[in-house]
Amino acid sequence: MTKRSSVLVIGAGHNGIVCSNYLAKAGYQVEVLEAQSAVGGGAATFEFADGFWAPGLINAPYGLNKKIYKDLGLRPRGSKTSEELNCIALDRDGNHLILNRFGLTGGEVSEKDINSYRIFRKEFTNYSKVLDPLMVDRPPRLKDMDRKDKFTLIRLGWNLRFGLRTGSMREFLRVGGINMYDVLNEYFDNPRLKAALAVDAVMGQRMGPRTPNTVLTYIQRIWAETQASTRLPTSKDILEELYDSAVSRGVNFRLDSKVTRIIVDEGQAAGVLLESGEKVSASIVISNADIKTTFLKLVGTQDLDAMFCHRIDNIRSEGNVAKIFLAVSKLPQFRNLEQKNFRHRLLIAPDQRYIEHAFNCVKYGECSDKPVLEITIPSLVDPTLAQTGFHVVSISAIYAPHNPNKGWTALKTVFLDNILSSIEQYAPGFVESVVAKKILTPADVEEQYNNLGGHWHHGELSLDQSFMMRPVYGASQYDTPIQGLYLCGAGTHPGGGMTGVPGHNAAKRVLELAGSA
Amino acid sequence: MQSPTKQAGPNHVDYKEVLAPTPFLEHLDCYCLTQDWASWNGYKVARVYDTLASEYFAIRSTCGVMDLTPMEKYRVSGPDALLFLNRLVTRDISGLQPNRVTYVVWCNDEGKVLDDGTIFNLDGGHYRLCSQHHQLDWLLISSLGFDVTIEEETHSIAALAIQGPTSYSVLSAAGIKDLDQLKPFGILNISVNGIEYMVSRTGFTGDLGYEIWVDPCHASELWDMIFSLRERGLFDIRPTGLGALEMVRIEAGFILPGEDFNTAETAIRADHDRSPYELGLGWLVNFEKCYFTGKRALVAEVGRPIRRKLVRMCIEGNKVPTDAFLYDRQGGSRIGTIKSCVWSPILKTNVAMADVIYTKGNPPKKIWAEIYYQKELEWRATWAQCHISDKPFWAHRRSSLTPPEKF
Amino acid sequence: MKAYDAIVIGAGHNGLTHAAFLSKAGLRVLVLEKNNYIGGATASLELHKDWRYSNCSYVCSLFRPEIYQALDLGRHGLEVVPLQGSVTFKQDGDYFGSYHQSNLRRREIARHSKRDADASIRFDTDLMKWCRLIRGFLLRTPPDPASFKIRDAMEFAYLLKSFHKLSESQIYEFIRFFTMSIAEYLEQYFENDTVLAHYSGGSIIGTGLGVYSPGTAYVLLHHAMGDVDGNVGSWGFARGGMGSVSASLASSLRAVGGEIRTDAEVVKVSVNRGRATGVILASGEELSARAVISNLDAKRTFLGLLDPNDLPEDVVTRAKHFKIRGSSGKVNIALDGMPEFPALPEGSPLTLGHMHFTDTLERLERAYDDWKDDRWSQDPYVDMVIPTQYDPSMSPPGKHMMSVFVQYCPVEADGGWTDSKRGAFGAAVINQIADYSPNFKDLVLHAEIRTPRELEDEVGLTEGNIFQGELTLDQLMFNRPFPGYAQYRAPIKNMYMCSSSNHPGGGVMGAPGANSAREVLLDFGKSTTIPEDFGDD
Repeated sequence: MTKRSSVLVIGAGHNGIVCSNYLAKAGYQVEVLEAQSAVGGGAATFEFADGFWAPGLINAPYGLNKKIYKDLGLRPRGSKTSEELNCIALDRDGNHLILNRFGLTGGEVSEKDINSYRIFRKEFTNYSKVLDPLMVDRPPRLKDMDRKDKFTLIRLGWNLRFGLRTGSMREFLRVGGINMYDVLNEYFDNPRLKAALAVDAVMGQRMGPRTPNTVLTYIQRIWAETQASTRLPTSKDILEELYDSAVSRGVNFRLDSKVTRIIVDEGQAAGVLLESGEKVSASIVISNADIKTTFLKLVGTQDLDAMFCHRIDNIRSEGNVAKIFLAVSKLPQFRNLEQKNFRHRLLIAPDQRYIEHAFNCVKYGECSDKPVLEITIPSLVDPTLAQTGFHVVSISAIYAPHNPNKGWTALKTVFLDNILSSIEQYAPGFVESVVAKKILTPADVEEQYNNLGGHWHHGELSLDQSFMMRPVYGASQYDTPIQGLYLCGAGTHPGGGMTGVPGHNAAKRVLELAGSA
Repeated sequence: MQSPTKQAGPNHVDYKEVLAPTPFLEHLDCYCLTQDWASWNGYKVARVYDTLASEYFAIRSTCGVMDLTPMEKYRVSGPDALLFLNRLVTRDISGLQPNRVTYVVWCNDEGKVLDDGTIFNLDGGHYRLCSQHHQLDWLLISSLGFDVTIEEETHSIAALAIQGPTSYSVLSAAGIKDLDQLKPFGILNISVNGIEYMVSRTGFTGDLGYEIWVDPCHASELWDMIFSLRERGLFDIRPTGLGALEMVRIEAGFILPGEDFNTAETAIRADHDRSPYELGLGWLVNFEKCYFTGKRALVAEVGRPIRRKLVRMCIEGNKVPTDAFLYDRQGGSRIGTIKSCVWSPILKTNVAMADVIYTKGNPPKKIWAEIYYQKELEWRATWAQCHISDKPFWAHRRSSLTPPEKF
Repeated sequence: MKAYDAIVIGAGHNGLTHAAFLSKAGLRVLVLEKNNYIGGATASLELHKDWRYSNCSYVCSLFRPEIYQALDLGRHGLEVVPLQGSVTFKQDGDYFGSYHQSNLRRREIARHSKRDADASIRFDTDLMKWCRLIRGFLLRTPPDPASFKIRDAMEFAYLLKSFHKLSESQIYEFIRFFTMSIAEYLEQYFENDTVLAHYSGGSIIGTGLGVYSPGTAYVLLHHAMGDVDGNVGSWGFARGGMGSVSASLASSLRAVGGEIRTDAEVVKVSVNRGRATGVILASGEELSARAVISNLDAKRTFLGLLDPNDLPEDVVTRAKHFKIRGSSGKVNIALDGMPEFPALPEGSPLTLGHMHFTDTLERLERAYDDWKDDRWSQDPYVDMVIPTQYDPSMSPPGKHMMSVFVQYCPVEADGGWTDSKRGAFGAAVINQIADYSPNFKDLVLHAEIRTPRELEDEVGLTEGNIFQGELTLDQLMFNRPFPGYAQYRAPIKNMYMCSSSNHPGGGVMGAPGANSAREVLLDFGKSTTIPEDFGDD
């Protein structure tokens, strides 16, 4: 096969690598330009203290979408591929609640709740299946549809009407637009169970359990989870698999090459300008950067329509999660919790009101004084992250505003202390064991990863920023008003997480419009 | 809480003053025999001062003066001012020389016209954009990513339009020198008796005419400078109201956004907005220049046959077809509507702007208007044939003569 | 015993509307009302000696003009006078007035932000687009998405056709409007905090949501799509209070032979072999009818009037889960004179309309946070009107009646309402007003404080929810009140629902009453008496 077209991908995040992989497979000559000196973007490990490595921004990725695994012929790594990822809702008195997609134990949960949980999981898994045709492809337009758009809509309609029982269909149409709080109250009694499920719906979003929309984010999460290829992978494994396969397909990675401009000539992408002043030409440019950076900084408003830019500018993409990495001299001692459970997600969120209160703060530009915490100990899975005898604890803490009223300099220590003392209440002696700590606020994420706003998903996954409205209409099918410029980041449909689906969909669109090489 | 019960401050909107005064109001008021006031962008302007006919003929045969202050004015400055304006409007204005003015339209993303207006290159990197409707919102939206400052200056610039065959002579007599070499769409900055004026050879009448711009605190001096000539019996100079303006602008073939077509910003129903092509303003669209808002949509539109067009039309007979429907034959199918229409006292015919449906890109072969008119409170109907006119109905050669004729 | 064709339970405005349309078609109709007055939440009562007031709903805009015309309400005594403007007082002593007069309105917005004055044109245009779209659905029965019936398919076709008339960008913008929070929606247009707060208020009235909750942008429509004589978005007072609406409906109903009985509380609907056959009154009296129509909310209808054993299980569950949270309180005040608002210029017309005291989005949202925790808002959002400035029929000359709608107020204030809590709630409201009006407290002759509890107990609105069920996406259109039962028919034969728990929902609109009457007449094989939408607004 002769390599004729060249493609530039801006950013070597996992979606960028997935996308380049597909294009290389189709015969394109692909070059990936990465600003940092390592690939992976938010998923990459980095040294946060001497001899201690942070596992990246994602605590517990579900793993890439099955289809990507199959298409790219990836080989799973990591030792325990069959184990389920559990979520453990911690209790101060040691009545921890352990749940995964098959069921739950502990936590003094009633028989009724256990039954309800089974029904709940089944219903929500079914709902997520309805969305299938919508997810692994470009979202359809709602007017001036082409054949494929119509086909997707018909499949969606079919799934809705015939994929679900009539009762479930009605229920799906009812809950689709509302909040987890009400739905969970309808299903369950146990406050900690409800809180654990609510955390999954709000994590990464500017939403509390009572915020309408959270059912949708939850369904999308379930979808990512059920479509995942492996169990318990680490970001590092996923990245290495992807990177190796890309390199073997001839993708060229250029590190330390920050793109400062996408060159547009007569409405057509012509290449990029690097920080060094070097110009790289290509007729296809794919941006893995966030949407605002791509359009407002790299392309510039000069070559775009005014209202389109206004809509881009109005995307809600302010991050709400702070990442905390700790080096500890010993594993934390949670009352009554066996060590084998430490490999899973540990949650501190006693009830939905607690989460809602934590959320209240971020609305007013404050940090939660009682934050919701998701804790993992990645060094148990990958011992190379820590010095021998030590461990690395990775925490996602919500809610942390992007731009607090008082400024981050003043708040960082206070917030970090709040988090540590919260954990201390569950695991006495924990604070003492901390030997090094690092906090990444949304503002830090913005700076470190060139991600405007520092949002995990490059933009809220709310209904008005989902599907054919993600990132904004007019650019929701991965191609953009600039010919030859495509988007492949988490800011596009179906959004963040480590599924790789945006990258896959973008590659499919490039091949559809530009033809396979 | 500071003091919620404090007294109303001086900057409050005076609710008794529904129509805002312009700096010329006290002068206009003396001439306004009818006291027939109307609102133009919220300002108090006269519909008619004396009689429509006298004001119309002032513009066409002597000199009419109109208060232009309510026209929306924006100052655009900053390093990216030109870039910004060129991305805003459909026309290429990169060649607009300092002290020159040009007519422009601008569109939304879908290539539908938001408004029309004029851009003044004020030199020194400053521009003034005059528009028919409020545009600050759109200008600020458009300014994202450009290093520009946009200031609304409607109220901080007073302006008078001096229009008609003797306008040149009037202004010369008033002491404005160097006017003889000012070409159409040119700007002259001049100081008279220590007051700075900006004079532009622009207007909305299709006749010889000027517009004079001044700091509102000198509005009275400007007024007196002109009207003292009238008081001295040298010239017939008359304030003219909105009614006369409407007549002359239709004769001159100028469209009025919001009257002849729905601006895109106020179009509620789908397909009630218009592209430049549908307004006969295709000549203002330049695809060779840099990107501008709406270009992609307009490029696509050019490839399709035009569906409808705002045309200038003469209507036979003397019954004025205000708001009439248009048909392909008497009693045939409906093919459009009249948007604005007047009886032209000079041309002795009805002239109109009409929205006409095109078939396969072609205008209808014949157009008939069904006209309802009233005689002694009794309604009657009649049919009149209409003729599309490619040229403005009124375009006197004196309007472009440099130097202009002297009286 | 007299045999009726139809018995309507509850003489609220929807029940009366419904009954009037049935009577007009020649049916023998009886309306039963538990209180000794008609109207339910649309009533004018005596507040204080010589003072009359609207007990719950207090302004009128949504009432469908089609119904007004068809039932000849003008001749039956209804007069809706347009309200003039609105004002939000600011904490710094300034205010933002939305004048009735358009030039003043524009200048006033420009005083706060020149940009916002221009942006309001774009906003008004867009809002009008959505109003037009939604208004087209108000007098129609929602289609059932699970049905394969021709009628449902045709209703869906109508829905799709309405969408098809929009441009592609309008379709997306509409979906966004439907799903966004009011604050975030407005932030696409406006920059000034007071302007934002002023426009947001209407979106939270009566809801259990905050200005940052997705879905509230749509609620704005419920307060903006009404009109007074074609002026979409404006509100009006019913002369003599909202009781005039019910009184005129009752008069219209009686004129076509309908009957109304007050002090006749229905305790049960008689069901015989899956069919509703009549009702049983609290007095023990039994009445029979060919159809029974409930104007009570969905919770009361299914959990109160009917025996769970007669109902499908899922309906009982859904009724239990039906969201009908009370979030609003009211304070009705008899005043000895007109209060002064020194922030306003002398003689300002701004007191003629709605008055608010919440000038930032943050204060609005914090008011909501209180409610989430079962507290009344310490710094509430109030919608205050003084209709006696132009309604001479409600107070003695020179005296005034003030109606203060308060958002938010919980159903149970942290463990239940007590007199002292109620007093504290009222004080929070009165103090807020007094902050802006120094002579206000001295003028108060009588203040009646109503929490959702009173609204429930007196009027029978479950939890005091003014919409008889929240206007969230899960309870709109074909989901209202429950999926599968949105076509006004109860799961029991011959039983119907006509309350605001049904499409298109709350507000004194009359549409649920009219739409359900259409269904009843259809089942009776009678030709419809319900008018069609005027169209093309």
